[in-house]
Amino acid sequence: MTVDYSKELPVVEGRLTLAQIEELVATPLDTRPDKKFFIALTISGSLLLFGAFCVAVTLLTGIGAWGNNQPVGWAFDIVNFVFWIGIGHAGTLISAILFLLRQKWRTGIARFAEAMTIFAVMCAAIFPILHTGRPWLAGYLMPYPNQHSLWINFTSPLIWDVFAVSTYFTVSLVFWYIGLIPDFASLRDRTASKIKKIIYSIFSLGWRHSHRNWQHYEKAYMLLAGFATPLVLSVHTIVSFDFAVSIMPGWHTTIFPPYFVAGAIFSGFAMVVTVLVFVRKIFNLEQIITLNHLEKMNKVILATGMMVGYAYAMEFFIAWYSGVQFEQFAFINRMFGPYAWAYWIMVSCNVIFPQLFWVKKIRRSIPWMMVIVIFVNVGMWFERFVIVVTSLHRDFLPSSWGYYTPTLYDTGILIGSFGLFFTLVILFTKTLPVVSISEVKAVAEGAQPSHHGGHK
Amino acid sequence: MNTEKKLYGLTALFDTPDEIIKAAEKVSGSGYEKFDVHTPYPVHGMDDAMKLKPSKLGIITLLFGLAGAGTALLFMYWALTLDYPMVIGGKPYFALPAFIPVTFEVTVLLATLSTVIGMLTFFFRFPENDHPLHDSEYMKHVSKDKYGIAIFAEGPKFNESAVKDLFQSLGGKNIQVVYYPVKEIYPVFQPKFILFLALVAIITSGGTYFTLNKLMFMDPFNWMMNQQREIPQSRSHFFEDGFSMRVPVQGTVARGFMPYPYKDEPVPGEVLSNPTFPARENIELGQNKYLTFCSPCHGDYGDGDSRLRGQFPNPPTFHSNRSREMSDGMLYHIITVGQNVMPGYASQVTREERWAIVNYIRVLQRAKNATDADVEMIKKESASNVGN
Repeated sequence: MTVDYSKELPVVEGRLTLAQIEELVATPLDTRPDKKFFIALTISGSLLLFGAFCVAVTLLTGIGAWGNNQPVGWAFDIVNFVFWIGIGHAGTLISAILFLLRQKWRTGIARFAEAMTIFAVMCAAIFPILHTGRPWLAGYLMPYPNQHSLWINFTSPLIWDVFAVSTYFTVSLVFWYIGLIPDFASLRDRTASKIKKIIYSIFSLGWRHSHRNWQHYEKAYMLLAGFATPLVLSVHTIVSFDFAVSIMPGWHTTIFPPYFVAGAIFSGFAMVVTVLVFVRKIFNLEQIITLNHLEKMNKVILATGMMVGYAYAMEFFIAWYSGVQFEQFAFINRMFGPYAWAYWIMVSCNVIFPQLFWVKKIRRSIPWMMVIVIFVNVGMWFERFVIVVTSLHRDFLPSSWGYYTPTLYDTGILIGSFGLFFTLVILFTKTLPVVSISEVKAVAEGAQPSHHGGHK
Repeated sequence: MNTEKKLYGLTALFDTPDEIIKAAEKVSGSGYEKFDVHTPYPVHGMDDAMKLKPSKLGIITLLFGLAGAGTALLFMYWALTLDYPMVIGGKPYFALPAFIPVTFEVTVLLATLSTVIGMLTFFFRFPENDHPLHDSEYMKHVSKDKYGIAIFAEGPKFNESAVKDLFQSLGGKNIQVVYYPVKEIYPVFQPKFILFLALVAIITSGGTYFTLNKLMFMDPFNWMMNQQREIPQSRSHFFEDGFSMRVPVQGTVARGFMPYPYKDEPVPGEVLSNPTFPARENIELGQNKYLTFCSPCHGDYGDGDSRLRGQFPNPPTFHSNRSREMSDGMLYHIITVGQNVMPGYASQVTREERWAIVNYIRVLQRAKNATDADVEMIKKESASNVGN
């Protein structure tokens, strides 16, 4: 087979007209949900309810309901927090970084990935707030003038987290909404329902597709992408500071920020592929979210997977090279200690299995990629588990060594967070356009003038 | 009201991006002051075709980004170095590297929010759902897959038939005339509206009152206040002797504790000598402690004029010969262990403070019984202080 690399592959397959694109994307919003939708919603809703029950037990009895102990004071709560924040990073990467890199193929998946970012950050936020023990006093995390004339400790990585995650959520939400405005306007102008029209009118703010607006809009999109790019890098950097700023062996490493960011993109892309494979099939979006899209994402998974593998190796090298007895012990203990099983799950899922993506056939095969991305999701969850729990359970003092086993409530809240995530995703697919209508129209064949830049 | 419809403008539709670019170039060159192009997505090259100036949105972003950075950094500087300085982790009060993350996040937050809000409100004048173009056939088409151009009825050159001709010459289809919609008027002083306002006021004020004065004292918000713990002076149901407050283990010595072995000494004034030097700080400390602990009975100047109005027997004056001849050690001993009805003050006043009080009593005694030489000295000192 010969491939002409001088020509870009068409982003939208099958030469769809603009009206057909709009029709394809808007159909799920105009049709009644079918049985499958309700079955899916029931499953995810049940998981969510189970999680809500476990959260209620935690609130009533305190975090003693969890398996956390001395010395493992950070366990599932922090593992899940880092895991979900990482999932979110793929959305911003696709919508902001790939936008700045002028990757046209991002348009088909950007909206969905951004939505997943927002939902993932919502899931992530549950955990540190519950972890504080008195979640109803979470307002104390913000600096406000109070009777004690005390201020929060701005030099603490945990406060940086508060600022980073809340900024990240707000900016992601705004970015998402800005992208939705023209689509709301299109939906407003095509809908026949009066109630829908009112809702779409409110959210479209009166958008008229005027080019005098498009001009500023494109500028704003560029500026937001420019800010979101360092922001997304800063968020996981700051999350890694929670660990790296401490003196715990296994945490106290300078490689953590880039290693965490690479891991975040790795796990986030895996989650996006997992969900998109279903969405494109169910909503007949195969021509907009094409196999080429999935292949490109699999390539990113392969690349970031190797970055993560490099970081694992480099951690070991530095532990040996530093000559610090405690560091060396921490890493040997990871491989052969009580939690060796978790370590080997992590290495095989994150480093070994993604290597299969070197084969083009596997990159383009739906069943194969499903298996691999699910392995990656599992492996990346275990990576955080290994970092948090194995480092803590053997600290400096052998007298305080311990072992952590999650309780029903630990596991239940994790399951509940998946329930929340998939419930939101399922509701999203039926309430909002899962693909950006205006952006995909703009990259369709023949959508731009044949003479670029006004042929002067 | 004027029954005649007011003209808003004329619109025409085109099928391809190439056509709309050409049309936009013609219209922008034809001298019509107000016109606009409507496309379902941004068409490349349209900025040039419409002769638009570059967007100035970046100015808002820059200003608010800088403001965010400055505010965050200055606020943290003020809070952690001026308002409540505290050493954290051995860092300086102004720990710049540790302030960078928050500064960065606030910068990004303010820059992005201001860009978006500034664009929507200041540049677009949104929300604007009553625009004349809404709900027109034209809008339905440009929302989906057509490219439209609109010339508005403004400026001296506007002429309905001329614009129609122009559109036709460009190959425009569906040429339409758009009128302003009939403006809907809502009177403010409608009973319904006033009722609505009153309801909003009641709900907001009631909700605020409930949250701040009731909700915050309900479960679970009061769990921090109502903890299962023993309160001082309360009866304990846990300890056998019923006391919540526990005595320290026998033989416990407090940090900095100094034993006082002269309690039963017959002439303590002879074995104790004043270890302090009556410098200004020491005298001021003595004055402070004297006014707090001694003056209620002994009076502000040691005259024995109690402020307690006979609720407690008046002590003798410090200015009697007997008091003035007492040694420093004797005064210290009396403060420490008490005398007659006066209790010892060892538990309230530290050793250093007791000596400072002794020094201050000496100051009072000398002031009340000043000699001519003292007066001369004061005159001299105040004369040399005039220059100040």
